[in-house]
Amino acid sequence: MAVRLKDLTKIEDKLVAGHGMCLGCGIPLIFKVILRATEDPIIAANATGCLEVCTTIYPRTAWNMNWIHSAFENAASTIAGVEAMYKSLKKKGQIPADKKIKFMAMGGDGGTYDIGLQALSGAVERGHNFVYVCYDNNVYANTGGQRSSATPLGASATTDPAGAKSAGKIQGRKDLTKIMAAHNIPYAAQASPARWLDLYNKAEKAFKADGPAFLNVMCICPTEWKYESSMGIRLAQMALDACVWPLYEVEKGKYKINFKPKEKKPVLEWLKPQGRFRHLFKEGNAWMLEAIQKDVDKEWDELLKMEAPASK
Amino acid sequence: MIRKKEAKKIVFQSEKEMPMMPMSLGSMLYNKTGAWRNIRPVVDLENCIQCGICWKFCPDMSIFIENEFPYVNYDYCKGCGICAEECPVKCIAMVEEEK
Repeated sequence: MAVRLKDLTKIEDKLVAGHGMCLGCGIPLIFKVILRATEDPIIAANATGCLEVCTTIYPRTAWNMNWIHSAFENAASTIAGVEAMYKSLKKKGQIPADKKIKFMAMGGDGGTYDIGLQALSGAVERGHNFVYVCYDNNVYANTGGQRSSATPLGASATTDPAGAKSAGKIQGRKDLTKIMAAHNIPYAAQASPARWLDLYNKAEKAFKADGPAFLNVMCICPTEWKYESSMGIRLAQMALDACVWPLYEVEKGKYKINFKPKEKKPVLEWLKPQGRFRHLFKEGNAWMLEAIQKDVDKEWDELLKMEAPASK
Repeated sequence: MIRKKEAKKIVFQSEKEMPMMPMSLGSMLYNKTGAWRNIRPVVDLENCIQCGICWKFCPDMSIFIENEFPYVNYDYCKGCGICAEECPVKCIAMVEEEK
């Protein structure tokens, strides 16, 4: 049965109010939905990042569940160890055989795309039963907006600032979801906070998957993307309409696109409200706009081709 | 729901009272983030259609649903304005905070 929003409102929050995240931050919106997608108790490991720093200011915590802080690079290894311990205790009979616990690791794009990638790849390859959630806000927002490998083409960040001789980042972004899907894991998906039901269903599937599952969720960031905080969800929807952030899932190697816009909008609409792309609209930077549009079109067409065999 | 919960103040008299390892001793509910706010959301309950969208998009968990109607917990609302922007019937207004 499909879940209703009203039912979700009755479940108690696992991430409570009082956390110190910026106003209009997308991270709590995401975890509000994901943490409701399973009824079993959850144990989570959290890589260093915005979520970790803002929710656990010593000596307090905003988590209403078991939560472990790990270093920047090893959230996946930490939760893999916990999961191995759980299996071992179950074998010994110290944990009842019918007791189900879900394991979850979470990290930002810095802790997942760059620093935590090898730990994540290792844990996934060993086949531990856990869900990794990456909230991707395209930048190291916690430390002041340095570029990460998730930063899109043309964006200005503090370590690749736009100026007279530069038009922002010159490299494209890494496609982590496809990298994770290439590990042949049971479930990998890309989601967005603008579509809560899609996000909920994906989280539910990820928790139910027998083996490692990976969720890559786009996260709106008013501080580093530099837009009006109230426009966050609109912006997330614009990214879907412009196919900048396609929603798709890979279930046992089969690609499925979950959202196809009726009319594909130009990427300009997504770039315009954001301060980090402001320099692209100055004279002499039009080539970069064309390059971004080309890049987005190429990725979208590739994705459509990948989906085609599955639908037949 | 959330409004009834309170968190205690934590005071360490000396370093001996501190735990041996970094662990949490209380809830972040003690941190009243409502002080950050410049504009406050005011819900017009007469026009509200009880869709729950404002609850879903509140990043501060400060909108709670009671008898299917949304209420704002001003202790924690930071005033981002997402609820007012996303409300399908526009029954949430952002009002300037008075000192």
